[in-house]
Formats: sequence, C-alpha cells, structure tokens
Amino acid sequence: MGLESALGEGFLTSRVDSLVNWARANAAWPMPMGLACCAIEMMAFAGPKYDAARFGSEVMRFSPRQSDVMIVAGWSTYKMSHAIRRIWDQMPDPKWCIAMGACASTGGMHRCYGVVQGVDNYLPVDAYISGCPPRPDAVLHALMKIQDKIKTEHSVMLDT
Amino acid sequence: MSLEQSESLKKTIDALEENFSDHLLEVYQSSGDTFARIKSEALLDVCKFLKEKRHFVYLADIIGTDRYTSNDRFEVIYNLLNLKEKSRLFLKVWCDEQEPVLESVTSIWPRANWNEREVYDMFGVRFNNHPDHRRIFLPEDFQYFPLRKEFPLLGIPGSIELPNTTPDID
Repeated sequence: MGLESALGEGFLTSRVDSLVNWARANAAWPMPMGLACCAIEMMAFAGPKYDAARFGSEVMRFSPRQSDVMIVAGWSTYKMSHAIRRIWDQMPDPKWCIAMGACASTGGMHRCYGVVQGVDNYLPVDAYISGCPPRPDAVLHALMKIQDKIKTEHSVMLDT
Repeated sequence: MSLEQSESLKKTIDALEENFSDHLLEVYQSSGDTFARIKSEALLDVCKFLKEKRHFVYLADIIGTDRYTSNDRFEVIYNLLNLKEKSRLFLKVWCDEQEPVLESVTSIWPRANWNEREVYDMFGVRFNNHPDHRRIFLPEDFQYFPLRKEFPLLGIPGSIELPNTTPDID
C-alpha cells in the first residue's frame, strides 16, 4: 500500500477527535429544505458544475435520518415552520444548519405577518448566506465554513 | 351614460338596467374595464341573471377590498367573463364593517368556494350558505383578518405559534 511504503517502519499519531472530525467534515450530507427559488441554486450547488461532492457532501438525502446538514433554502411561513422543525428534530446528532439566502436568514423581502423573520427563530443556524438568491459558490463557501466549524468541535470527549 | 364599450357589454348593461333598475347603483369604466355596483341584497339574482341570460359562465376571480371608510367599509368584486361574446364585467358590492355578510354565489359558480374562503380569511366578510365556510390560508384558530387596514404589517406577536424548540421529554 502507498502509505506504508512512504512511512516505512514508522507510524502516525493523532487525536481521536481530529480523526472523527475529519471524517465528519468530509461527509456532511445535506438535507435539502427547498422552499423557494433558492432551491434552484441549491440544485446547481449539488449538480455537476459546482459539484458539492468534491467537499464530501456526496448526495442530497431526502430522508432526515441520513443527513447531517440542513440547508433551509427559501422563505419559511409560520405554517411551514412546524414541518421544518419536525424534520430537523428527526435528523440524528450531530447536525448543522445553513440558512440560505436573505429570506431564510432574516425574512428578506417578505416583511409580513405570515413569514417567519429568519429561521433562527426556531432552528440553531450555523451559517448564514447572503444573496437573493445566493450563487452556488456561496453555498459551497457556507459548506466549507461548516467544515471548519466541525473541525474545531469536541466530538469524542468533552473537556472537563 | 356614454360609455365606450363593446356591443356585448352594452347589451349586458342595458339588460341590467332594465331588470334591476332598483338595485343597480352605478356603472362606470376604468382602464378599459366596465364596473357595475349593485346592492348586496340583489347579488344572487343579478349573478343568476348574468349567468343564465348573458352567458357569464366563468367567474374568474373574487376580490376583497378594505375601503377604510366609516360606511360600507368592505367591497367584494366579482370578475365575470362571458365566454360566448368574449366580454368581461366587474360586479361590485359593498358591505358594512359591523356585520359584513353577503350571499354566497357557490350555488351559481361552484368555484367561488375557495375564493370566498379567501375573502373571509383576509377581510372577515362572511358568506351565507357557503358549503365549507372555513379559513383557507391562515391557521383556523387565528383571530385576526390580516388584510384589514388596521392590521399591523408584521402581524401581532404570538398570534401564530412557532414550533417548540425544546425536545419533548415523555
């Protein structure tokens, strides 16, 4: 094998945390929560041109049980917020959340009684993306920010 | 009345004036469309007449308006199409703020069902004899009518529930 021939008789040391975080950061499968036009950009982000698979977000998983990152793409009404939270609650820990675009981040142009003014009113958002809608590169950027965040987490043992 | 309107609309207005002279309040044109305002108690009769005698078989839309006046505050507009002669007529009725009630036209055009529910949802105008008189968009326990002018832009805090963000522990 390649690695052994390069190392010879030696060995590598690491922390379990780093190893687990490395694995988690490079296998963050998105849960697409496409609610409006941002969902079209989110499809481009997953498609072959921008190719989220390069960053380990291999496939969009339409089952919350199999996904790690929820991308809320679009505006969320009060009625829809209950469904979104329900799906979020079904995702297994550890999980992360991206609020994609102006509407998911702040309510955007939908400044009215029926639209929640930012999904952070009921979801713990890790990354916000500006834009209306954001370019797929911006979604990749948010994904990379989330990877950075995952790499700083204590995943195996908490400091006491 | 000197209106620039098609033969078909002229005929319709003449027929309305002939049959409902007591109930026809005003007829006017704006942006190339013809509007006829009638008394609300004659709504069903006029609609039936327009559909059966003047072939207005297609009810394209029902619109509610808050005129924000002290009398006859709410207005309901029926967007009617005559498919045979290709003409469009807007029928208007006003109703009071205290008890905004109109007759439902679902017996004439069944598709009025959802439109009337929407007008009720947004303005609180009730429709007698409606087969399914519920809110259509907002939660059923919502207590306000959001398109009324006095309703605040961002709604009333707490009037629609957000999901529970702490997990249930059973």
